[in-house]
Amino acid sequence: MTPVRPTLPPWVDALALPAINVALAFLTVGAIVAIVGVDPLHALKLLVVGAVGSPESIGYTLYYATNFVFTGLAVAVAYHGGLFNIGGEGQAYIGGLGCGLAILALDRYLPVWLMAPIAILAAALFGAAWAAVPAWLQAWRGSHIVITTIMFNFVASALMVYLLVNVLIAPGSMTPQSRDFGPSGQLPALAGSPLNLSIVLALACCIGVWLFLWRTPWGYALRAMGHNPEAALYAGTDLRLMTMVAMCLSGALAGFVGVNELMGVHHRIVLDFPAGYGFAGIAVALMGRNHPFGVLLAALLFGALQQGGAELAFDVPAITREMVVVIQGLVILFSGALANLPRPWLQALWMRRVR
Amino acid sequence: MTSDTSAFVFLTLAATLRTATPLILCAMGGLFSERSGIVDVGLEGKMLIAAFFAAAVSAVTGSAWWGVAAAIAAAEAMALLHGFASITHRGNQVVSGIALNILAAGLTVVLGNAWFGRGGQTPSLDRAGQRLMPLFFPNAGDNILVYAALLSVPLTWWLVTRTRFGLRLRAVGEMPLAVDAAGISVAWLRYRAVLLCGLFAGLAGAYLSIAQNAGFSRDMTAGQGFIALAAIIFGKWRPVPAFGACLLFGLLDAIAIRLQGVSIPGIGEVPVQLIQALPYLLTMFLLAGFIGRAVAPKAIGVPYEKEH
Repeated sequence: MTPVRPTLPPWVDALALPAINVALAFLTVGAIVAIVGVDPLHALKLLVVGAVGSPESIGYTLYYATNFVFTGLAVAVAYHGGLFNIGGEGQAYIGGLGCGLAILALDRYLPVWLMAPIAILAAALFGAAWAAVPAWLQAWRGSHIVITTIMFNFVASALMVYLLVNVLIAPGSMTPQSRDFGPSGQLPALAGSPLNLSIVLALACCIGVWLFLWRTPWGYALRAMGHNPEAALYAGTDLRLMTMVAMCLSGALAGFVGVNELMGVHHRIVLDFPAGYGFAGIAVALMGRNHPFGVLLAALLFGALQQGGAELAFDVPAITREMVVVIQGLVILFSGALANLPRPWLQALWMRRVR
Repeated sequence: MTSDTSAFVFLTLAATLRTATPLILCAMGGLFSERSGIVDVGLEGKMLIAAFFAAAVSAVTGSAWWGVAAAIAAAEAMALLHGFASITHRGNQVVSGIALNILAAGLTVVLGNAWFGRGGQTPSLDRAGQRLMPLFFPNAGDNILVYAALLSVPLTWWLVTRTRFGLRLRAVGEMPLAVDAAGISVAWLRYRAVLLCGLFAGLAGAYLSIAQNAGFSRDMTAGQGFIALAAIIFGKWRPVPAFGACLLFGLLDAIAIRLQGVSIPGIGEVPVQLIQALPYLLTMFLLAGFIGRAVAPKAIGVPYEKEH
């Protein structure tokens, strides 16, 4: 005999439950920090100061946050269509390739105000194309998008190594990277840090994704497919087309990581620049509840963690930068896979209040 | 010519088996989980954390066997977490697997740095007894885990296809409601599958750090957990074909190393990266139905909700 479970009021579902999940993740992190032999509160203080203590560190925080906005939105858009895109890593990589190729081809002829939109468009197109293949395979051939996007991450990585080692490598260079971009292929930096104009693109993407999902018929069809594909099909939605739309948008958003990293910071095509941002996007989207505004807030938090974590690792030798990766993993675990863990506790609490 | 050729064949075979061993162990483990209806994209993470604890414990205790035990314990802890999230709490199995992968990638470096202070590496295992050594052929690397991997295939085949447990395992992956109606616990069956998966992934991890190599280095699994997953799919969720896929992928890897910088007459130099990407590409072709058809267990990835 199982007791009847009360339904929780909406604010508990939308705010309290996610807050408890994130709190559980951070409590676990605190425990790990303590196991490593560092006072968690001291570490937290160093982390906060490292993340927002000076204009330069705020610049770094916002620069990292820019990447998290792109990959977080990428996961969120696909999620609203009922698709789980784990290929952000590869799409960011190939998006960067598109951005870089456009710049390498045109930076001698175009001024920056013309070069930048073309490079951004190229990043979007390449990222979208890399997502389009798994989307097509899912929509027409029935292969599962989770598996194919994972596989495509590895294929992207192999392709980029090949291109950088054999094709794009700057003549006379020993390291596998392209020649430097000309001045018109470089976005202006802000605040003496890697922060650059890409952050404006990130904010525009947040607004654009919100408008698209909740204010256009396409966005409506996409969300309908995510909620109930059969009902959407019955209502006349072309599920194959919407799968392509959702994944291409997702891939384009992930591809913008290439703009921030290559056009904004490295100023050349380098190896491994996606550096886990694609996977971290899953944590960002889960924490931000797949809403563009939530993604923005979560991205700021993860940006601060990335920057603060780096400073913390610099100050405390017992802690490495990978602590941030642990946090990402725990957030995905508690906010994603174990999202319903605290629900029975809250239900018990609620029952008592109602009585 | 014959002695040269046979030596070449022997060495290539040995190299294939060496690279295939962790794939085979991982694939057999993952097969139990997937056949029971629990998706396992977390093989990579389980193998990584097992590799770390094998090397760490072997370095501290001086005994490879304690390393193997620690590897199994660590992988089982991850497996239980996966089971807790996806069986008990009916969470999203892919999300859980991804979380465990990321957690393992971070945790191994964080703990490794805190305990050994070498930027995430463990001390190299060069004293006697800290590693599993070859049993019969010193230059073939045939340590005990290679034979364990070879034995795991008939064992898995027998368990899955010839025992009552296997029958129920397959049933629970196809139609858990029927198993539940027969009075058999869906959750307990799936937990056993997930634990078997942890056991094999633990052995695979131990192989990487204390048999094939002399210590743990960060991200040393380098996607092999995903290649094992690809092998399961390529083998259509059946033990013997999955074993074949592991051998094929191992052979590709052995060839990739041999072909580095070598020009083949008529073709030219084959990019090593292409051969490395082949397991993924082949699996995608298979999934797309261009070469045969891979049909997953019906209930895979779907949490089972018991009716009240």
